Amino acid sequence: MPYLICIGGFLIAWQIVSLVLGVARLPGPVNVIVDTWDPYISQPFFDEGGTSKGLGWQILISLQRVALGYGLAALVGIAIGGVLGLNRFIGKGLDPVIQVLRTVPPLAWFPISLMVFQDANTSAIFVIFITAIWPIIINTAVGIKEIPQDYTNVARVLRLSKRSYILNIVIPATVPYVFTGLRIAVGLAWLAIVAAEMLKADGGIGYFIWDAYNAGGDASSSQIILAIVYVGVVGLILDRLVAWVGRKVSKGAN
Amino acid sequence: MATPTGLITVDAVSQAFPLDDGGRYVALDRIDLDIAEGEFVSLIGHSGCGKSTLLNLLAGLSQASEGGILVNGRQVTDPGPDRMVVFQNYSLLPWLTVRDNIALAVDTVYPQLSAAERQDTVERNIQLVNLSAATHKFPAELSGGMKQRVAIARALAIRPKLLLLDEPFGALDALTRGNLQQQLMQICQESGLTAVMVTHDVDEALLLSDRVVCLSNGPAARIGRIVDVPLPRPRDRLEVMNHSDYYHLRAELIHFLQEQRRLKQQAAAHR
Repeated sequence: MPYLICIGGFLIAWQIVSLVLGVARLPGPVNVIVDTWDPYISQPFFDEGGTSKGLGWQILISLQRVALGYGLAALVGIAIGGVLGLNRFIGKGLDPVIQVLRTVPPLAWFPISLMVFQDANTSAIFVIFITAIWPIIINTAVGIKEIPQDYTNVARVLRLSKRSYILNIVIPATVPYVFTGLRIAVGLAWLAIVAAEMLKADGGIGYFIWDAYNAGGDASSSQIILAIVYVGVVGLILDRLVAWVGRKVSKGAN
Repeated sequence: MATPTGLITVDAVSQAFPLDDGGRYVALDRIDLDIAEGEFVSLIGHSGCGKSTLLNLLAGLSQASEGGILVNGRQVTDPGPDRMVVFQNYSLLPWLTVRDNIALAVDTVYPQLSAAERQDTVERNIQLVNLSAATHKFPAELSGGMKQRVAIARALAIRPKLLLLDEPFGALDALTRGNLQQQLMQICQESGLTAVMVTHDVDEALLLSDRVVCLSNGPAARIGRIVDVPLPRPRDRLEVMNHSDYYHLRAELIHFLQEQRRLKQQAAAHR
């Protein structure tokens, strides 16, 4: 019930602002639905060849890039974070590098990766990778450093082998931290892909937004707003999905 | 160096920690103690007197600054399963079930046994502490008393030469504590286990111990007094208080603790 009233209020406020500014500059919610119903809402999976595809396809193209970049970031990030957490010397030495690189905005990586890879698609995936990897590295390393003394004492008294220590104590104790990192990272990855596709890409939801803006037709603003709503919803779903997997995997740990 | 007479010899052990300002905090000052096989010894004293420090030294979790500890004539240099610890806060692994917590210990310490023998050891020790119904539960699903029973079962399952208990019942309600004390006492007696327990509960110390070692206040805590507890075994926690020696022994311990408290307050007042 509170959702219904507040969201309804938001939509009404939006419609009023749109009427004040004029629907040509900012379409209201009603205009957005009317303008984009056919084909964008009613047919999410139409394909007219080239880059003229339904929003379902565009989102899938973006998700594919995210899956690759984010998947790589997860693998590499957990591995690097593990080394940094287990080895005090490397952890301390590389900390300044990580602290500097992690604050670099996603798009600042784009020109250099275009120069290195000479390919827009690979560059977009690299931007996702490099954006998403920092919170994964940092949280994995912190998780390992924060293993409670109680557990390491048990390991010492029982004389667990290095292998058993990592398997039975380090990994389960670190999983909740890793998933905190993965959850932050998936949000950043989604943020980065939309931005990267707006700069240079063939297809994808970011490309769709920029393409609609450049086309400048009557329904352009409505198409852009619809795409923004889709981007938000997909981002939310990704966030909840990672959180859900995290809860499943770290069952019993909390 | 003293000739080792018992299972454990604590020989002139001092423990000091470096302070941030470059100084040294001396926690323990030249502690000498012999513990015989099968003996149950309690360490008692006010908080901050170094009881837990001494227990950690026995466990090998930390190293003495001076002096040494011998177990069976061998110097303690690192922790090991022959000196298993029941930690104050249980220290169960929260992602393992009751069974798996104990199994991890048994599998690690007895890799040479067959899987069936190890499983049998685990089951037997779960039964010993009456937790068969909770075998497949996670620690988060257990009460404090049950968790401590798992910790005790885990420690007993690997059959240590020396069982070290760090205020094992401190966090439990009176009823649970009484039951667990009784259980622990029976187990120790039946298996002839040697044990050292840190406690601040005088009645708990008297019920379980053959000797109570009283530590003076820190810094530089020393053994202030050792009280023999000649109460006949098997003891019962409800009947032991009726023994003619009980209140005399209890008064001796209380008197020591009160004296230490007075000294502590005097020291604080002088500052």
